[in-house]
Amino acid sequence: VIAGSAELRDRAGTAALAPDPPAAARVVVLGIGNTLLTDEALGIQAVERFAAMYRVPDHVQLIDGGTSAMELLDVVADCELLIVVDALLANSTPGSVVRLAADAVPVFFRTKLSPHQVGLSDLLASLEFAGQSPRTTVILGIEPADMRLGLELTPIVEAHMPELVGMIAAELRGAGIDLAAGSTRM
Amino acid sequence: MSTRITIDPITRIEGHLRIDCEINNGKVTKAWSSGQMWRGVELILLGRDSRDAWTITQRICGVCTTVHAIASVRAVENALQLEVPVNAQYIRNLIILAHAVHDHIVHFYHLSALDWVDVTSALKADPDATARLGQSLSSWPGNDKEQMRAVKQRLAGFVGGGQLGIFTNGYWGHPAMKLPPEVNLLAVSHYLQALEVQRKANKIVSILGSKTPHIQNLAVGGVSNALATDSPSVLTVERLMAVKTWIDELADFVKNVYLVDVAAIGAFYADWTQYGAGVTNYLCVPDLPQDTKGTQFLLPGGHLPGRDFAAFKPITSFNDEYWRKGVEESVKHSWYDYVQKGPLHPYRGETNPKYTDFQEQGKYSWLKSPTFYGKSAQVGPLSRVLCELAAGHESTTRYATKTLELVSAIAKTKVGPAALHSTIGRHAARAISCATQVDLLENQWSALINNMSKGDLHTYNKPVFPKAEITGVGFHEAPRGALSHWVVIEDGKIKNYQCVVPSTWNACPRNEADEPGPYEASLLDNPVVDPGQPLEVLRTVHSFDPCIACAIHVTDPQSGSAIRVTAR
Repeated sequence: VIAGSAELRDRAGTAALAPDPPAAARVVVLGIGNTLLTDEALGIQAVERFAAMYRVPDHVQLIDGGTSAMELLDVVADCELLIVVDALLANSTPGSVVRLAADAVPVFFRTKLSPHQVGLSDLLASLEFAGQSPRTTVILGIEPADMRLGLELTPIVEAHMPELVGMIAAELRGAGIDLAAGSTRM
Repeated sequence: MSTRITIDPITRIEGHLRIDCEINNGKVTKAWSSGQMWRGVELILLGRDSRDAWTITQRICGVCTTVHAIASVRAVENALQLEVPVNAQYIRNLIILAHAVHDHIVHFYHLSALDWVDVTSALKADPDATARLGQSLSSWPGNDKEQMRAVKQRLAGFVGGGQLGIFTNGYWGHPAMKLPPEVNLLAVSHYLQALEVQRKANKIVSILGSKTPHIQNLAVGGVSNALATDSPSVLTVERLMAVKTWIDELADFVKNVYLVDVAAIGAFYADWTQYGAGVTNYLCVPDLPQDTKGTQFLLPGGHLPGRDFAAFKPITSFNDEYWRKGVEESVKHSWYDYVQKGPLHPYRGETNPKYTDFQEQGKYSWLKSPTFYGKSAQVGPLSRVLCELAAGHESTTRYATKTLELVSAIAKTKVGPAALHSTIGRHAARAISCATQVDLLENQWSALINNMSKGDLHTYNKPVFPKAEITGVGFHEAPRGALSHWVVIEDGKIKNYQCVVPSTWNACPRNEADEPGPYEASLLDNPVVDPGQPLEVLRTVHSFDPCIACAIHVTDPQSGSAIRVTAR
């Protein structure tokens, strides 16, 4: 009763068909950026690399958000912890690794350190009005060196990617989440 | 006395668009639409496996992900003359429709309603009177007193706490804001309900596309969804039943809330049926194919030159020659240089950047200027609805008639189809189109179930590439209008690739004959009460649902976020 080749069947996956875990317990790791613009891809690549190294519990969702906004409302709404991973324009040296939490998060969204948060900040503002904001939001990222058209990270950003992936793991462990060696389907 | 204003950027969402207007005696007398970022995604595709193009093109834009994926696989299939199993057509159609419904709801409530709805005025509304008003217009259960009281209280807390958030950039108290407080409160209440209901549309895309926001289930030759009537790991009847409940919830909201709100707001802003027509040369492509070859469609497409339905000329298949031969792009006013003499057909298209400054008479945009048989054309929901009316499409005719009757009843004056050629008419057309789309979601869901129950679970035909050079065009009637991807393939590899996207048709600069594009033409004669607060200009441009991340690509990290208006 299966149509198509085994390879196609595998690619279709089943991740999207799994029932939603209870909203209150959900943790979302959201990589955002445009994967066609060199270092703009670093947030998504970091989440993908993390997914290839760790197996996370079912209530933790690893999401490639691209440059979407309202399409992400369903996963972001009412989550316990939101970890945004993104290229951060913090006027520091390219390759600098940045972590923003607590009061720095709303400042980040107001001052537009990321090129695509016009969408994400509107999404979070809508959630705030609807009373469905994530309980805690943390932002992890690296200052990009090049955002022109291109499919590979620059060497200077590439050199700091293991550190960024390690920060995602530390953030989750700090929230009491068990990480096992292995991999997670995104 | 002449005033010149520049609005940059003009959208709340991705993509940088700048609009310049010359204003004389309170009216726009000249307008320029300029894409402010370089377009170049075509270059990244050269030399790649044509089967992978769709995964790259759907990364062009975060708002229109699925549409580029669909157009891309169709282009390669068209080059191969590869047939697509009907199950794959149905699944693609369901994704197309769910995405479109999502996009239209979000555009109206979350991206453009604030051009018409004064949120601060809603605080003066009587919630009980608001509930009575809502219940007089619609049977929607979410219009009760408790709901309206709760929304007013939430809004008061939000505004009182200084957290204007998403409402920060609104033009509150602007003299062009005309809605009574109760209509404003009703709209704010539906803004919140729309936030919830749009999630259902997204869930449909996510289940069928195996992932969201970037679908993973497409393949040149079909889809990779495995269909089954008994296995838990694939698209089962049980999963499809969940999709059906979401379709029903969306249909209820679109017909009983969205369509009604647009009619009510339109009735209060009846003066806006006089502004914003612009280019009335309308273009729309047929979509929702029902056969393997793409010769039968649920939604008709065609070319409507002017307002005369008798002049309508249909586009009838994926191989339609009238469509294929009519499209060209000019760069006379764009920051590109053609080696060949222009304008050029997309198969021969070139992407060589040549930046000058903003030159009013010369080059001033990163968008090219597409034409259909030498003329600029408007695309989008208004073109779609007018072409469907011209083709005698049943449900579009029914919803258009119903909407105009409702507008007439609320406005207490007869409002006919001519009102659609306008700024507010574009919003009405989008809602009419959306009502047809939710009905078709149900239709295509049933078609898929029926076909599966006959035992046909086929979803994919393997492509085989010849050594020779082949060309193909994939078109798709996307939420913002006619989208086409044009590809030249040699031995399976991409030799040339051009995307002619809806916002390029609408937001383009002047064409080879120096005629303004649809945004530019639509702004002429628009009133502007206060050049420092050009709400009226935003109304007309936003009515097109501008999203030009796909028309132009590279982000400028240094640009600010707030709308900057420069008057001089």
